[in-house]
Amino acid sequence: MKVKITVNGMLYNKHIPNDMMLLEFLRKYGYVSVKRGCDTSNCGLCTVWVEGKPVLSCSYPAARADGKQITTLEGVKEEAASFGRYMTAQGAEQCGYCSPGFIMAVLAMRRELTDPTEEEISQYLAGNLCRCSGYAGQTRALRAWLKDKPWEKEGQA
Amino acid sequence: MYTIKSYVFPESLEEADELLQRDCRNNAILGGCCWLKLGRRRIRSAIDLSKLGLDQIEVRDGFLELGACVTLRQLETNPHVTARFDGILGRSVSHIVGVQFRNCATVGGSVFSRFGFSDLTCALLALDTTVVLQRGGELPLAEFLASPIAFNDILLKVRIRDDGRHAAYESVRRSTTDFPTLAVAVSCLEGRWKVSVGARPARAVLSDDAARCLESGEGPAAAGAAAANELVYGSDLRAGGDYRKKLAAVLVRRAAQTCMERENKG
Repeated sequence: MKVKITVNGMLYNKHIPNDMMLLEFLRKYGYVSVKRGCDTSNCGLCTVWVEGKPVLSCSYPAARADGKQITTLEGVKEEAASFGRYMTAQGAEQCGYCSPGFIMAVLAMRRELTDPTEEEISQYLAGNLCRCSGYAGQTRALRAWLKDKPWEKEGQA
Repeated sequence: MYTIKSYVFPESLEEADELLQRDCRNNAILGGCCWLKLGRRRIRSAIDLSKLGLDQIEVRDGFLELGACVTLRQLETNPHVTARFDGILGRSVSHIVGVQFRNCATVGGSVFSRFGFSDLTCALLALDTTVVLQRGGELPLAEFLASPIAFNDILLKVRIRDDGRHAAYESVRRSTTDFPTLAVAVSCLEGRWKVSVGARPARAVLSDDAARCLESGEGPAAAGAAAANELVYGSDLRAGGDYRKKLAAVLVRRAAQTCMERENKG
């Protein structure tokens, strides 16, 4: 079928297979930050935003994205890099494979929740699995990032 | 592996119904699609209702109405939902996988599929809930859950009587984002109780004996024991039937106690 999907502000007017998932569409057009993890809607590695809301692209039909705005890590790379520095400082990256999905969830949480509590943070990020780190490094990075609020200095949305 | 031959966005419910009736065995109404790819269906026409405005939450004529395409995340964040029934609808879904998943999974997908492990179905059953179907009209949720899936029908919305009842929800999971090992919802309105037990692992059902215990003043512990004895509990990879039976007694007692405290506070 024919779809019009906007990814990070760029319009794609394409014919796609009817059973294609958004993950495959994005990777096909070079958005390789979007990782295929469990492929069963569990791990959060493939997180992207559809109309600003985080979804699992591995189980979101590409056809359903017709007419919608998609944001991948490449579309928020400055803010992602800013948070990434906090992760690096805390040794929160080991294999790093889960990081793009985790960062997309963190940035979505920052937009959705104002001054989230520890419980709200852990509940919001529960859908992002990391098999290396035990989450301690990510949690430290997140606390430091939320405390510093670098996006206010950097003028990000 | 699943396949889809044609993907259709109908422009009206009538068109969706007409498409479905052409071949209701091989055509399919899509829900949140979270587990679509785990199946092996060869779908001739996948009918996507997401452009029909069924994602609305409304309070109308004394009912809270949830459109079939309302996402589970909307239940957690919409003030109409969180302000009612002590917030159990939002709370019941808050441990399902992650926010990304709940932004996709829909009320219609959860209810229509009659999943035994559905937290939402268990919570809805403890309220005064009906479902509205394109062909089948409006019927009580309990009756709907007891019937086999009608693949020629479309779930349009779920209606919950906005009667101000107090409610409580309890579940046990082996890990935070897993399916529930057992789920329990209890509600009370003017001395009338409803006790729902889900993930037994079969579909959620009401325990009339437990409700009678609470109505006659025998207390939460007696209600827990009644629910444990009345209902059938099975075994799967998460728990054995005997363990679920013991859990039911505890969770019903806790939920009934919480509900009683809320009722007393007013």
